Amino acid sequence: MTQLALVIDLNVCVGCQACVTSCKEWNTSGSAGPMVDQNPYGADPTGTFFNRVQTFEVGEFPNTETVHFPKSCLHCEDPPCVPVCPTGASYKRKEDGIVLVDYDKCIGCKYCSWACPYGARELDEQQQVMKKCTLCVDRIYDMSMNEEDRKPSCVKACPTSARLYGDIHDSESDVSIAIREAGGYALMPEWGTHPANHYLPRRKTRIKIHEDELERADNPLKVDRKLPKPATNEPTLDDFTTW
Amino acid sequence: MQAVTLSDSSLQEVKTTTCYMCACRCGIRVHMRGGVVRYIDGNPDHPLNKGVICAKGSSGIMKQYSPARLLKPLKRKAGAERGAGEFEEIEWEEVFATLAERLGKIRATDPKKFALFTGRDQMQALTGMFARQFGTPNYAAHGGFCSVNMAAGMIYTIGGSFWEFGGPDLDRAKLFVMIGTAEDHHSNPLKIALSKFKRDGGRFISINPVRTGYSAIADEWVPIRPGTDGALLLAIIHEIIATGLYDREFLVKYSNAGQLVNVAEANDEFGFFVRTEVPTEEACYEPQDKLWWDRNTDRPVVTHQAGADPFLLGEFILPDGTPVKPAFQLLQERVTDYTPDWASQITGISAETIRQLAHEMGVTARDQKIELPIAWTDSWDVEHDTVTGNPVAFHAMRGLAAHSNGFQTIRALAILMSLLGTIDRPGGFRHKAPFPRPIPPCARTPNDPRAVQPNQPLDGMALGWPSDPDDLFVNDDGSPVRIDKAFSWEYPLSVHGLMHNAITNAWRGDPYKIDTLLIFMANMSWNSTMNTVEVRQMLNDKETEGPNAGEFKIPFLVVCDAFHSEMTAFADLILPDTTYLERHDVMSMLDRPISEFDGPVDSVRIPVVPVSGDCKPFQEVLIELGTRLKLPAFVTKAGERKFRDYPDFVVNWETEPGSGIGFLAGWRGKGGEKFLRGEPNPKQWEMYEKNNCVFHYELPKSYQYMRNWNKGYLEWSQRNRITRYAEPILIHLYSEVLQRFRSAAQGKGLTRKPPEPLKKRIDTYFDPLPFYYEPLEGQVTDRHKYPLAAVTQRPMAMYHSWDSQNAWLRQIHTHNYLFVNTRTALQQGIADGDWIWVESQWGKVRCMARHSEAVEPGTVWTWNAIGKAAGAWNLTPDANESQKGFLLNHLISEELPAGGSSRISNSDPITGQAAWYDVRVRIYKVGAGETATTSPQFEVMKPYPGMKTRSSILAFLGVKPK
Amino acid sequence: MHPAFSVIFLTTLIGAAQGLFLALFTVQSYAAFKLLPAPDAHAFYGQGSVLAVTLLVLGLGASFFHLGHPERAWRSAAMWRTSWLSREVIVLPAFMGIVFLYGLAHWLDWHPVLMTLPGGLPVDPSAILGVAGTLLAFALFVCTGMIYACLKFLAEWHSPLTVINYVLLGGASGFTLAAAFATAAAPELVSFLAGWAVIITALGLISRAASLYRNARLKPKSTLQTAIGIKHPKIVQKTQGFMGGSFNTREFFHGKPIAVLRGIKWFFLIAVFPLPLLLLLIGMQGNSGGLVAAFVVQYLGLLAERWFFFAQANHPQNLYYQSIA
Repeated sequence: MTQLALVIDLNVCVGCQACVTSCKEWNTSGSAGPMVDQNPYGADPTGTFFNRVQTFEVGEFPNTETVHFPKSCLHCEDPPCVPVCPTGASYKRKEDGIVLVDYDKCIGCKYCSWACPYGARELDEQQQVMKKCTLCVDRIYDMSMNEEDRKPSCVKACPTSARLYGDIHDSESDVSIAIREAGGYALMPEWGTHPANHYLPRRKTRIKIHEDELERADNPLKVDRKLPKPATNEPTLDDFTTW
Repeated sequence: MQAVTLSDSSLQEVKTTTCYMCACRCGIRVHMRGGVVRYIDGNPDHPLNKGVICAKGSSGIMKQYSPARLLKPLKRKAGAERGAGEFEEIEWEEVFATLAERLGKIRATDPKKFALFTGRDQMQALTGMFARQFGTPNYAAHGGFCSVNMAAGMIYTIGGSFWEFGGPDLDRAKLFVMIGTAEDHHSNPLKIALSKFKRDGGRFISINPVRTGYSAIADEWVPIRPGTDGALLLAIIHEIIATGLYDREFLVKYSNAGQLVNVAEANDEFGFFVRTEVPTEEACYEPQDKLWWDRNTDRPVVTHQAGADPFLLGEFILPDGTPVKPAFQLLQERVTDYTPDWASQITGISAETIRQLAHEMGVTARDQKIELPIAWTDSWDVEHDTVTGNPVAFHAMRGLAAHSNGFQTIRALAILMSLLGTIDRPGGFRHKAPFPRPIPPCARTPNDPRAVQPNQPLDGMALGWPSDPDDLFVNDDGSPVRIDKAFSWEYPLSVHGLMHNAITNAWRGDPYKIDTLLIFMANMSWNSTMNTVEVRQMLNDKETEGPNAGEFKIPFLVVCDAFHSEMTAFADLILPDTTYLERHDVMSMLDRPISEFDGPVDSVRIPVVPVSGDCKPFQEVLIELGTRLKLPAFVTKAGERKFRDYPDFVVNWETEPGSGIGFLAGWRGKGGEKFLRGEPNPKQWEMYEKNNCVFHYELPKSYQYMRNWNKGYLEWSQRNRITRYAEPILIHLYSEVLQRFRSAAQGKGLTRKPPEPLKKRIDTYFDPLPFYYEPLEGQVTDRHKYPLAAVTQRPMAMYHSWDSQNAWLRQIHTHNYLFVNTRTALQQGIADGDWIWVESQWGKVRCMARHSEAVEPGTVWTWNAIGKAAGAWNLTPDANESQKGFLLNHLISEELPAGGSSRISNSDPITGQAAWYDVRVRIYKVGAGETATTSPQFEVMKPYPGMKTRSSILAFLGVKPK
Repeated sequence: MHPAFSVIFLTTLIGAAQGLFLALFTVQSYAAFKLLPAPDAHAFYGQGSVLAVTLLVLGLGASFFHLGHPERAWRSAAMWRTSWLSREVIVLPAFMGIVFLYGLAHWLDWHPVLMTLPGGLPVDPSAILGVAGTLLAFALFVCTGMIYACLKFLAEWHSPLTVINYVLLGGASGFTLAAAFATAAAPELVSFLAGWAVIITALGLISRAASLYRNARLKPKSTLQTAIGIKHPKIVQKTQGFMGGSFNTREFFHGKPIAVLRGIKWFFLIAVFPLPLLLLLIGMQGNSGGLVAAFVVQYLGLLAERWFFFAQANHPQNLYYQSIA
């Protein structure tokens, strides 16, 4: 059984927000749109976005880590937002595990968003239905696109390729390998939602320098150091002993 | 789901062009539906970005359809004040007639009175050419304000620099050190490379007062005090030399390390390389007539003699009795006192960390050598079987440059990179065409005021690379010819001009008054200026006495911009520019191309949507003006128009008739079969359009590395007229260029001499070897009163662009906070989110504080240019940008006191680089009862005629509204 | 959470209506067993049902303001297998129907004896409707309470006390209303009804205080560490990805200072419990105005209590929305 998902690599995310706006531009004029912006040129502009990049600081100076943190619907394997929906507008597809909202059925009661611990859903203030990441379901199956384009807009945009996309139920997919080899984890595991999206942690690369690596036979200073030759008229043993 | 149906593919089309949301210039695909832009993504076939796109590129739609667009040429209403925003619509014919008449008069009398300054553009080849044809020396882009130190410091040392001129080879590097960088021109490619680098096991160290952006994913963050990087770099050099971790062979062959310097203090030639007679070709740029002291024969020989190997250390006496030392010996003496312990006090970095950095760099460079099976021949006809490299790469940017000690700091960096043997080698720093170039590059400004003649093109370039005092563009009395005083004794190596001085000098009439100031895409009454409040007053200031009483001190101000920026409010004439989706553009080899390491790349922009309103691309404006003014490049000998329009100009213009060199390097020749040089090809634009708007020339592998000294590359470059000379470009560890200026200041030699008041300054700062000095502003600041350094950076989502008119991007950055180290803030009783005053000795600003652990305790910082003037960018007057956002520039002065009543520019004494990161501040909570808005506030800008009204709700569907 | 007045009015109005109906049928049951004098059916059961139905309709009407698409509300019965909201959408109209029929039966004096229980008790349609209505009233309390209590993420709600409170507070307000109503419709029942209102209110005080006590001692299950998956004791958010607010900052935050919350808590504790108790006791002495005042005060107090119920719940998603920069 397929479960499509994203893997977000926090080890290379530089917080550039590419995923945020490429998602917005694709989806606002796509089948998941429109995505409203209120007060777009005024005070406190606010709008519907499916993906946000946040920033956290971990630790204290000077040992601070700055963590850029993209967040969008995690397409949980056990999505708490599905059983609570009274109309069935919130549903999980059997064929690929994507969790979607049927705008035609949604009554805008917001109950599903109360049931999502991740805050992954947004009510579109204009259309008054719940909206969220669709894993670009209208791109990934659009056969009129080239294969390299048949992936979510955010995955294609990400300049550091911090967003990986694939089937986490296929143990040899890129995403499964990444989760396995890099210690991919789920958010808020205490709730048992089994998010399909995983995050890869930060890893540090260090270089060890050994003391003796600084002292070497081929040290160029030995070439350049011109050791002073003593003057020939300075005393030597020759002056004191004959053997 | 429902919303829009996509099924009607006849309505959809995709066009490729080049993005212009910032200076990266990625290849993009613009997807349209019924003529409306619906989606923009990266072009997978473009060599620069390979299909990725950033936040700004993805938001291009909201730039295109922003209500801040200026759609009609405008004229300031008669009697209205500048800055009041009172305009009336006019037609382009009136614009051209007005400008042609006024500029024609100026050209016929004193061309200097016309000044053209451009901001964040990459059209410098055309704008510079226009200024030169007009005959005015008063032209520059924003480099002097931004990061000229990075260009100059490195180009005067290794013949290349970062940005689009060169960069780190992260494909092969094992250790990558990034210093003073937030984001950069080459942004998406750097992101692609950095991610691969990390995943392939590379180690990434970031040295920066702040940990944001790229630094967030560094394996180690080394916090440093702003302006002290020079101390760090010199201490690392000290340690590298002391432990012998330098690449001796590289220094010997490829730099001037072994060259013998005259050290007889009384001698007129003191500090210069000793020269000897050698047979030289005619027209040789830098003859190879210097000496080494050969280790093998223990006597002086001409450099690079076969079988010779110089001493790098030691002191010698030449046969004629002249005491000499190798340049490297002088470098070692210079850094003797620059110990890690000394640097630790200044930088705030522990001595152990400094040593560790030096050891990591040195040992990695030495022990992880790369060997590529690429044969090449060097400039001395020695054949090499392989290209080798030391895999330590660097990147640095404005954090080093925007200080008054930036030039010497960056020289130190370039020298460190050279000591590690990483210049144009795999895993290190690699040039990008048209670099490397000779040191210094050949382009020169005139050196004589008589180069400015009525009705004549300027006899020289407006910007250039001085080599000695005789290259300075000064009058006989040593005073500057240019309005911004560039290339004068005040800023001799100001290779990018000094945009930030233009308005102040013009207002003051020092060195002279001008008539017309034409500004393109530069927000000089806001974030592209220091001391914003006063500059705004200067723009509206009038003469109070004399024959011109009642007239503006800067009589005529023309602003070309696509959007309702703060600068437009001060214009007498506004020219509405198009957006990047509506025009032709070239990313040319004559300017700032997007070359790759492996060869030159240039690209174009082609219109994908029709021009909005009555906008006109600035290039078309210049061509039209050039034609009307009958500038020689734009008209035939009979005075007839030569070029139909800008695309026609790009295809048919050549640097000289028959030279075969034009703006675009690809598909030249009658049939498009030639590259780099060739006859104009009438179908050139079509060829680019067919090829993803980009031309990529891949050099043969044997020409791709060691290009400073690569015979094959240098001759190829000469044949294709990329450079004039095919001589090797030795790295200037020791800079004779600087020594020439110092020597003149000491009264030695036959070149011009500086005026008395500047002698000491030039003698001090024009040191042929890098040295550390405290930034100038710090030297006149009471550190107890102003204990904190204040710096800015631009966020990635708004880098190198103004994006507050963009409905999507501004939701990410709506207003800004001053980030303060948590402990520092708490010591002052400032809680997270508190309103505070941040104050320098020049001014103060009210804003909100945000605690952060990711900033070193002695620094505060904010995102630059998020704060806007009320009403600007067609935002509502109560928008966050103006009520809660703030600009730090108000705190920065463009001048510093210099004893008595005299003042000097707050800039690097060598290049004139604006020293905006030198400012020192203090912070404190606001008083009770103060309003919760930022201060200062400015008169509300209103929308102009012809602009669209802004909507209060937007639900973009990407279809034409019914 | 951000308290929505549409839902506050919905739950308080229908809660009172449910309690009122339970009061009506309690009286009918007591009267059937001759423990109470039978009141005038028209005035008491009939008009009482009208009052209850009115409250139910008003409540239902208020709830539509909570929906983005009220015109599709009929769809919301679809997921009754999994969704408590769906179940409420079925039970509420069913209850309304039963109350309406119950009132109609009394109004039309329609009391055919359908069967007789052992012991001689006659069972007429109103009795059956009354039993059905009672079951539905409790079912509705459970559905309403479970809508909130089933959300394990909202620890403040995730407890049997939530449902118990809905029952007791709805019951209390309903019986208080019944007592006030009885001063006009059946004065002889006032003491009985007021007495029960006192008892249920007192029980409500215990259970509501218990939930306040429990909530004050809750330890959040989610932390910033589990929210972003980094095992470091000190994590602070700097930016949430936007600066002008979003659905996530509007729907899940009440936006009021702590002092306001505290004030509302004390207001409702007084206005729902001791003050109505006092007014009920006074009213039982014969002061009809006191009973009306008791209901008004208690109802206003319940509006505040319901507001506080929503405001107090701290959603784990709030961890992701703490700072802008």
